[in-house]
Amino acid sequence: MSEETILSVDRLTMRFGGIVAVQDLSFAAERKKITALIGPNGAGKTTVFNCITGFYKPTGGAIRLSHDDGRQIALERLNDFRIAKLAKVARTFQNIRLFPGMTALENLMVAQHNALMRASGFTLLGLIGVPTYGEAEKRAIALATDWLRRIKLLDRADDAAGNLAYGDQRRLEIARAMCTEPALLCLDEPAAGLNARESAALSELLLSIRSDGTSILLIEHDMSVVMEISDHIVVMDHGVKIAQGTPQEVRDDAKVIAAYLGTDEEEAAAVMEGGT
Amino acid sequence: MTATSHETTKTRRSAGIPFLLKTAFINAVIALVLFSLMIGIRTEAGSDGQLTYWTRFGDLASLVAAVFGGSIVIELLRQWIGATGAEKLVPASVQNGVSFIGRYLAPALLIFTLLVPVIFYNQRYILDLAILVLTYVMLGWGLNVVVGLAGLLDLGYVAFYAVGAYSYGLLATNFGWSFWVCLPLAGILAAFWGVLLGFPVLRLRGDYLAIVTLAFGEIIRLVIINWQDLTGGPNGVSGIPRPSFFGIPIDNSDDGLAAKLGIEYSPTHRIVFLFYLILALALLTNWVTIRLRRLPIGRAWEALREDEVACRALGINTTTTKLTAFATGAMFGGFAGAFFATRQGFISPESFTFQESALVLAIVVLGGMGSQLGVALAALAMIGGFELFRSLETYRMLVFGMAMVLIMIWRPRGLIGHRAPTVYLTKAQAISSDLVKEGHG
Repeated sequence: MSEETILSVDRLTMRFGGIVAVQDLSFAAERKKITALIGPNGAGKTTVFNCITGFYKPTGGAIRLSHDDGRQIALERLNDFRIAKLAKVARTFQNIRLFPGMTALENLMVAQHNALMRASGFTLLGLIGVPTYGEAEKRAIALATDWLRRIKLLDRADDAAGNLAYGDQRRLEIARAMCTEPALLCLDEPAAGLNARESAALSELLLSIRSDGTSILLIEHDMSVVMEISDHIVVMDHGVKIAQGTPQEVRDDAKVIAAYLGTDEEEAAAVMEGGT
Repeated sequence: MTATSHETTKTRRSAGIPFLLKTAFINAVIALVLFSLMIGIRTEAGSDGQLTYWTRFGDLASLVAAVFGGSIVIELLRQWIGATGAEKLVPASVQNGVSFIGRYLAPALLIFTLLVPVIFYNQRYILDLAILVLTYVMLGWGLNVVVGLAGLLDLGYVAFYAVGAYSYGLLATNFGWSFWVCLPLAGILAAFWGVLLGFPVLRLRGDYLAIVTLAFGEIIRLVIINWQDLTGGPNGVSGIPRPSFFGIPIDNSDDGLAAKLGIEYSPTHRIVFLFYLILALALLTNWVTIRLRRLPIGRAWEALREDEVACRALGINTTTTKLTAFATGAMFGGFAGAFFATRQGFISPESFTFQESALVLAIVVLGGMGSQLGVALAALAMIGGFELFRSLETYRMLVFGMAMVLIMIWRPRGLIGHRAPTVYLTKAQAISSDLVKEGHG
């Protein structure tokens, strides 16, 4: 595993009873780059995501995360909340999972739970009101405000998350994941349901996150977003990897075109061209 | 928009009379089926023990006719008012007035509560009732942490009340420990049982959680009944010492509080002391809960109620978060239990039946899940309201039940139907409870 690799998935297999959702999948995601995982519906992309983020325990294979300081973490051995807490992997969901009854700001404060828990002396010091907690909370609010400004929701900070427009909720979920200060950000179809303008704003946001030094792993159907921002693309179909490479290489790959659109290559090429 | 709704009303009116008669007829048939056995035939044991019965078709017919007529009236009212919500019927000035009252309601209530022993000094009945209401306010606030904030449906809350009561009762009668030593111990023991209950039910959600907590409440009660050596079984624990004013007894002895203060002793002193004691305990519960809500643990509770999967994705340890909610709620239940024991001087398993759990849960739900003021108002309405209807005797439960149904129609999300944010940048806006999740357990 090279210095530049943040996530390496090695022969990952996930079975549900007799159904093999992912089989012997290997790929790597580079540090401070955007890696996209694409494929037709049912290809097993979300299953891979759930294995990486600890919602499923893989049947076989290894998932290694290497931090900047050289620390290596075996994600398949961590479970549940520990992946987000210890390995610093944050994720969003295909169907938005905000806390709808809490304000946008509160959503971002909940994301900083672990840091604030330490600052509040695991509640006891915070309860009696030590000043160090007050300062930590101020810093947390400042970070949240910063993110609200970046996703252009600063004026909606005190509105309930459930009252925000769909596109705003998508961006807020990304901001919430970023407030955990992750090393790797996993986004499950962030552009789903967005219009062209919102998609463009999303691409811009993801590029700015990358330039700040966070690596991104992305599942996406919107080819305009994928082709524009990805540094590296992994294509899956029926649980196996069928191609990988730069956007240009993937776009020209016959197997990818076949997987997406059947075998009529001329038509397929036209659609892929139109998507960019 | 307006035009469409007008048209809808028109079409509904034109189709009105057959529709009205049909609805009324269906309701009358249902009433006939229901009442034919309950009202139509009256059975009684005769003089020799044989079954005698007679029919009351006249009463039955008048009831069915009343239902028929009532349905028409209700349906006409509904069409007259239209499909708008009840809030649109209230003029804006009244609504502004209500929100104005709402802002000053909590402080006003608090000041009034502080003055209750002064105003009603000679009315023992009212003082006792006030103490009872405050006990339920405290229990409601304690359960509110578990149900209202963390969204874990707990039907066995009375178990912690019992643990607290028996902790103080047994420690005081067996070792002679004072109330002020036993109070924190009762809280700690109840919290310990809260964690013990929490562990096995962590993986359960919703209905399953409710059933297991219900069973836990019953287990505690059955253990208390059957562990005769320790708890005295059904006979309970008697002779539990009354609380002292930090070591000074409140009685008519020479070193009692009254003698020390140089005033004449009156039995009301003890009642007033108990009143302020439970008020202080309840306010402590309230203060701690309000502070906890603004700390990361409180936000994590509410986030857990909103979406547990998202919590895990953010690195929140849902296990400890749930356990702390159970322990915190149980601790306040334990405090209230210790107070109950010292107030009554006698405790037995009869005081800790499922009915108590259901009552406290009803207070939390009626108040509006998560709202501190709502819980206090609901406790007042439930306990005080029940006493208010005492003069109705047999019909008390009926009237009370109807009042509950009406309140739930008027305010389906509880008396206080919004959530206050725990942190804000510019302005704290109340969040409509339509958005707030109830939790999945």
